[in-house]
Amino acid sequence: MEIINAFALIINYIIIPGLTYGCQLALGALGVTIIYTVLRFSNFAHGELMSFGAMTSILITWIISYFGISIFPLPTIILALPISILITISYCLLIDKYCFQYHRKKNSKNVISLIVSIGVMFFTSGLIRVLIGPNDRTINDGERFIISARKFKEITGLTEGISLKLSQSITIIVSIIAVAFLFWFLNKTKTGKSMRAYSDNKDLALLSGIKTENVIFYTWLITGTLACIAGTLYGLDKSYKPFTYLQLVLPIFAAAIVGGIGNPIGAIIGGFVISFSELLITFSYNKFLSYLIPINFLPEGSLQILSTDYKIAISFIILVLVLILKPTGIYKGKLL
Amino acid sequence: MKTNFFSEKKYINAYLVCAFLFLLVGLFQSWNVAFSILNLCLISAIMSIGINIQWGNSGIVNFGVMGFAAIGGLCGVLISMPPTLEVWKEGTAVIIIILFSFLVAGILIKRFWKIFVYNKYIKILLSIIVILFSLYLIKSTFIPSISFVENTNSAKTGYIGGLNLPIILSWPIAGLFCGVIAFLIGKIALGLRSDYLAIATLGISEIIIYIIKNEEWLARGVKNVNGLPRPVPYEIDLQKNEFIQTISNTLNLSVIELSSLIVKGLYSILFILVLLLIFFLLQKAIKSPWGRMMRAVRDNEISAEAMGINVKKRHLQVFIIGSAIIGISGAMLTTLDGQFTPSSYQPLRYTFLIWIMVIIGGSGNNHGAIIGGFAIWFFWIQAEPIGIFLIELITIFLSDQNEVKLYLLNHAAYMRLLLMGLVLILALRFFPKGIIEEEKRL
Repeated sequence: MEIINAFALIINYIIIPGLTYGCQLALGALGVTIIYTVLRFSNFAHGELMSFGAMTSILITWIISYFGISIFPLPTIILALPISILITISYCLLIDKYCFQYHRKKNSKNVISLIVSIGVMFFTSGLIRVLIGPNDRTINDGERFIISARKFKEITGLTEGISLKLSQSITIIVSIIAVAFLFWFLNKTKTGKSMRAYSDNKDLALLSGIKTENVIFYTWLITGTLACIAGTLYGLDKSYKPFTYLQLVLPIFAAAIVGGIGNPIGAIIGGFVISFSELLITFSYNKFLSYLIPINFLPEGSLQILSTDYKIAISFIILVLVLILKPTGIYKGKLL
Repeated sequence: MKTNFFSEKKYINAYLVCAFLFLLVGLFQSWNVAFSILNLCLISAIMSIGINIQWGNSGIVNFGVMGFAAIGGLCGVLISMPPTLEVWKEGTAVIIIILFSFLVAGILIKRFWKIFVYNKYIKILLSIIVILFSLYLIKSTFIPSISFVENTNSAKTGYIGGLNLPIILSWPIAGLFCGVIAFLIGKIALGLRSDYLAIATLGISEIIIYIIKNEEWLARGVKNVNGLPRPVPYEIDLQKNEFIQTISNTLNLSVIELSSLIVKGLYSILFILVLLLIFFLLQKAIKSPWGRMMRAVRDNEISAEAMGINVKKRHLQVFIIGSAIIGISGAMLTTLDGQFTPSSYQPLRYTFLIWIMVIIGGSGNNHGAIIGGFAIWFFWIQAEPIGIFLIELITIFLSDQNEVKLYLLNHAAYMRLLLMGLVLILALRFFPKGIIEEEKRL
């Protein structure tokens, strides 16, 4: 019983939140990785693109609920998602046309594109704050819990409860669908294959008749979709605050780089590495150990490696360490 | 020679425009606002010079401006505030243990690195063990003393305090300190190429901010340190001065306004002196063979290396110099504010805005960096009125009570982000060389 309690504790405080946050990070990191591998620059605006997607989802949700449409146990925002994905994709295509295309055609250094993406980041964050304001918005209007901690305790009779929020399970399910679809697209369709060919060897791909414009169009299509889904899911799980998305950029980069930038599988793995290490390092193991070993043997004081204040800083530390020790990441990605 | 004359004229014109804008603000808004904008313009100009020497002259992408500015500010606190004596009496032993364990750990790691050159895993594993052990040692002695420091008089001090020296002294010391930190960062991170270096330095600066925010014993963390001593007299003392009172009568200004003008003016003079000093030293350096070497490294690393230039060493050198300049400006900023607020350090404001200054001003030219600093900071402050004006212009056909118009006017403050992004994107597209382009040199 004690051991089951310990596991319940770990599942509740580490595995479920870790999976959710990991999914959100992985979706973001996939977007960054795909832009990097095809267009060859680090897109600092990706966090704001996610925020833009979440914002359009919220605006459309307001319109939908104005007409009284709802799918009650599920949050209404799921209905809004397809339309907001389309809007985010068009926004991505617009910024590509007016900001990035010129520098791509001119063959500027990739640092220049990076600085342009900072301009896009400023512009988008300003646009979002003008359109929806900087305030906190709760957008989850569906059922809160699939199973609450109290109910779980009543059913199983354990002292530790496991709670599963609806938003968490939606995050995980939608992410799995999105990632499965992405991999099907990249590996099985002709367009996906041409994208991979283009990212692998640009000149060879051009010689074999792959059209650059097509590849770039699909790249932004995928990026916009992923950004919108990731942003909306993040907003649904926590709550929508425009400034949090700026802070999300570095963890996303960390996830992409840890996995090996330019490698989609690496991005997913990296997302989970970041999310679980954040939780594992800041988790206080006192209670967990008290189930496993006799109380007399418990060491005094809190058994935390780092205090929870440093939660986000952990992803930065991992990022810096990986960059210094193994810049290619886990799955050898492309080096600059 | 003709081209030289032309470029000289161009930046003089730009300075004149800046002065004209300053006069406009003074006449139409108030002189107080004008001087506070000028002071921050000067600090921004120094920061952008720091970035310019790294990016414009040597091609290093340093996104860690925020971190160095914060370290500079921290130096301001640690130099100028009075020490918390009761803490120091207790803590000497702790400091010795910490320094000792850092030293031993450093030496051990260096030895491992040398002994196990060919076995990466043993090398890393042993280093991690040493680091963990020294962390344990530090933690076991450190945690009780931290809580002791933080609990002594926590409402007022609760940190180790400073050295009680004049705050002006903190400017060069901040430069030195940031130089040392930049040396450490540069040693490990400068091997990375542009994109990765940008991300790494951004990450490192975030880590620095996190440490300053959460280690309350160092500078009170998010509780802020207020009331730093000033290098200039206080307004209240000035108001009592009879001479000032007679001047205020003759000028027909209120004493309060005059005194705050004098204080701000004194700050401006100090900052201008620092700016001029840094500027002339750097101009000398850029014109010297050293500057030529840096440009060679920037333009083509491989051929520079083939010419026998030690690229790594040059990069490290210039990274240290630029970061030290940013550190100095960070210390100046806390001096001006009179307080140290770690939570105010945001990458948008400190890192990316400074980068916009350098890009707009013209990378590779120190005059450009100064002009960029002035122009962008001016624009950043005045973007709200401009935004309101634009919104009024767009919604001119709507009535004053129209909800859309009111909503937009309420959010006009965020127009500055939007406009800033627009300016950067347009600048990179239509005048990528900036307002004042780099002088053509042989």
